[in-house]
Amino acid sequence: MEKALLEIKNLNVVYDTDDARVFAVNGINLVLHEGETLGLVGETGAGKTTTALSILKLLPNGVGKIVSGEIKLSGRDIVAATEEEMQGIRGNLVSMIFQDPMTSLNPVVPVGEQIGEVLELHHKCATTRELESKIDNILSMVGLQAERKNDYPHQFSGGMKQRIVIAIALACEPKLLLADEPTTALDVTIQAQVLELMRNMKEKLKTAMLLITHDLGVVAQICDTVAIMYAGEIIEYGTVEQIFEASKHHPYTIGLFGSIPDLTKKTKRLTPINGLMPDPTALPSGCSFHVRCPYCMEICKTENPAFFESGEHFLRCHLFSNKNEGKDQNE
Amino acid sequence: MELNNGINMSAVKIKKRSQFANAWRQFKKNKMGMIGLIVFTVLVLLAVLCPMFISYDNDVIMQHNQIRLQAPSVMHIFGTDQYGRDVLSRIIWGARISLFVGVFTVSLALAVGGTIGALAGYFGGKWDNILMRIMDVFLAMPGTILAVAIVGALGPGLFNILLAMAMCRIPQFARIVRSSVLSIRGLEYIEAAKACGTKTPRILWRHVIPNAIGPIVVQCTLHMATTILGVAGLSFIGLGIQPPIPEWGSMLSEAKEQMRYSSYLMVFPGIAIMISVLSLNLIGDGLRDALDPRLKN
Amino acid sequence: MSEVLLQTKNLKKYFSTPRGLLYAVDGVNFSLQKGKTLGVVGESGCGKSTLGRLVLRLLEATSGEIFYNGDDILKYSNEQMNKMRLRMQIIFQDPYASLNPRLTVSDIIAEPLKVCKTVVGKEAINNKVSELMDTVGLADRFVNSYPHELDGGRRQRIGIARALALGPEFIVCDEPVSALDVSIQAQVLNLLMDLQEERGLTYMFITHNLSVVKHISDDIMVMYLGQCVEFCPADELFENTLHPYTQGLLAAIPIANLEVARHSKFFVLKGEVASPINPKPGCRFATRCIYANAECTNADVPLREISPGHFVACTRYK
Repeated sequence: MEKALLEIKNLNVVYDTDDARVFAVNGINLVLHEGETLGLVGETGAGKTTTALSILKLLPNGVGKIVSGEIKLSGRDIVAATEEEMQGIRGNLVSMIFQDPMTSLNPVVPVGEQIGEVLELHHKCATTRELESKIDNILSMVGLQAERKNDYPHQFSGGMKQRIVIAIALACEPKLLLADEPTTALDVTIQAQVLELMRNMKEKLKTAMLLITHDLGVVAQICDTVAIMYAGEIIEYGTVEQIFEASKHHPYTIGLFGSIPDLTKKTKRLTPINGLMPDPTALPSGCSFHVRCPYCMEICKTENPAFFESGEHFLRCHLFSNKNEGKDQNE
Repeated sequence: MELNNGINMSAVKIKKRSQFANAWRQFKKNKMGMIGLIVFTVLVLLAVLCPMFISYDNDVIMQHNQIRLQAPSVMHIFGTDQYGRDVLSRIIWGARISLFVGVFTVSLALAVGGTIGALAGYFGGKWDNILMRIMDVFLAMPGTILAVAIVGALGPGLFNILLAMAMCRIPQFARIVRSSVLSIRGLEYIEAAKACGTKTPRILWRHVIPNAIGPIVVQCTLHMATTILGVAGLSFIGLGIQPPIPEWGSMLSEAKEQMRYSSYLMVFPGIAIMISVLSLNLIGDGLRDALDPRLKN
Repeated sequence: MSEVLLQTKNLKKYFSTPRGLLYAVDGVNFSLQKGKTLGVVGESGCGKSTLGRLVLRLLEATSGEIFYNGDDILKYSNEQMNKMRLRMQIIFQDPYASLNPRLTVSDIIAEPLKVCKTVVGKEAINNKVSELMDTVGLADRFVNSYPHELDGGRRQRIGIARALALGPEFIVCDEPVSALDVSIQAQVLNLLMDLQEERGLTYMFITHNLSVVKHISDDIMVMYLGQCVEFCPADELFENTLHPYTQGLLAAIPIANLEVARHSKFFVLKGEVASPINPKPGCRFATRCIYANAECTNADVPLREISPGHFVACTRYK
């Protein structure tokens, strides 16, 4: 049994805005092992980015708060860690890449220097020569020419910029990479290139990855395990085989799959989920999905379901509780 | 029936939350801004209502030599000046003058400069070049010198002062409005308006200008403050509002001769200028924060 | 066989930039029949959005012809064009930038009515706005709301209601669902398809998402650097993909299916898109094409009909 790299237990995160308290993350549990890629899937407002920011304690100052729960990195407690300790972790043990490559890079600093910055910060190189050669290595590793290290970000295209961002993130060979929709803003052929790059890096450096995305296709390409989030909770969790091929699913997951136009089938109308994600300042009682759920039962309105297990496949839905084993979703 | 979180939403009335209402809510949270607003409102009320309790001829202008240069007392809270006039009455009346000048100047500069900037920004090309180069000529001259030159050429007097003050501000407003318009004209709702054949005047009036005035609002309050200071400065050197009109700057100028024995005469106009300018600046800062899109969650 | 509603001949749009002439749209020909949907697909910089705007004369073409119901609308006067605008409208991509933040939902939808004076009188306008909101599935209570109070899906519905206000027969949909969440995308796509069926609308559907375009289109045109590289019926594009760029595009789509993801040949297109400024003669895709040879770069490659209704611009097919 491998020791877990990242363990999140019962995490609750809120945003205290002027208007109201936003319940962004409501009691999630996650485990990530070394070298594993976990896909965190959900729509806007599900709480995925908040989860990632909480791991690095990058929530907006004063507004975002970890109310309760545990986050442990290789056994080390993150929630109680000081800012100084976190600075030693960010970029070094855990890195993060964001969605928009256009704004992730400093426009007035050459790219080589930006990569060098993170290496120097964590004292990875003893001499300047070592630093320069490491920068060259990293640039060629992500498929860029080392001669371009003195160019500025605006001289690169969107896909290349994202490669530079990945280079900076992986420079110190972190154990965990948090990737927040890294390919959403890119063209599909460039997305394919970047995904291939990430897969290669993952194999080479054995980095674990928490990949946030709303694209189930990307999940199928690159993830080992998947957690589906809705209204701040993880409502389904399992290996990628279970999520795509198992017979039982959370109704929201079924809805997500039904919303995607399938290239291989010819369907007349898509079957989306009615309604919208609930307002995170006023979550519904019981199961947060019950309002939109086609299988809603009485108990769903009052009681938030626990995680029910089927092998290592977890489903947060009353349909799968031990009492309802007999009920078939196809009826 | 539409359900949101299981609640029948058609029964719930939605409050009209325009951007103006949102901005006001945000502004209210800024303590310093609110203080500025309250102080400025008091000034405005004084300025508007003062004819009801102060007689211009008796209290402000008429000289009473027998009570000249009296220190502050119960009868004359701010004392009397070298001509026996009640300083408090003159200060309050001075608010009327200063505020009028400030509002008029800024309105004129906004109307003219805003139009120039909007036209230059929206049409671009040749017109943009011509208009903005003309603006650059005015910008190249220091404001105070320009004002002095205009007043010097046309002679002092209320209208000439207003003109001089407005002239320096027109190019600045033009620039700000132009830059706002530049960022708006490429937006899709402008294209949408063109797609149904909307004519240019309507596009400017209904779509471009209402969305471009955001940054201007802050500038207006700040420019009012600098106008009040500017007029005071001009009056101080004798090129502004002429006595016996109680303008704070000219009151300061006259007071410097009495500085030795009646120093209080300098204090009150100075404080009046300071309070008006400070309150306007606080409002301006508060507005800028309130309108900052980054603060919206 | 329905009549042809829209047809372009050698449509070109060049922009002059400090670095040279930018060939945004370079010689595009297509025809679109009444009641059908033409999907225009390509990545950023291929010119599809420019094409959409050219067809509505929101941008003036550099050269070429656009025939709407047989008449070349590029020759129309401003007055004639304004009458034309009642029949052709556009839905935009960005649900945030396409709505005037200072106007209420009702103002936004009523604006075309007021400008073109198709409906006059406060009450008549209000009724029409209500009707339109109902058609697109917007609850009545949003009538006085401002765009920033609503989510992306609802904002896009406002955009659709606005486009329908003048009762057009042809609508250019410029990436109308790209900025929306997956489940909202599906709702809006269904709405667009229902509207087409009910009202006999003709769509030009511009998108970079191949799965979406297959779902909604009858014919598909693939664009690359301002030119059409492949044009065929929707089904054929996926079953019989001819142009190497289209093949690369299809191969790059991550499919939400494990079998396919594991076992398909993951053919990644190398390189970056060339610059559209002063492009060299010959096929513009040659720099990235694994089949490229001298014939491809010597002279421009024309669009040829390989099988009925299926056009490709590639030297591999004669």
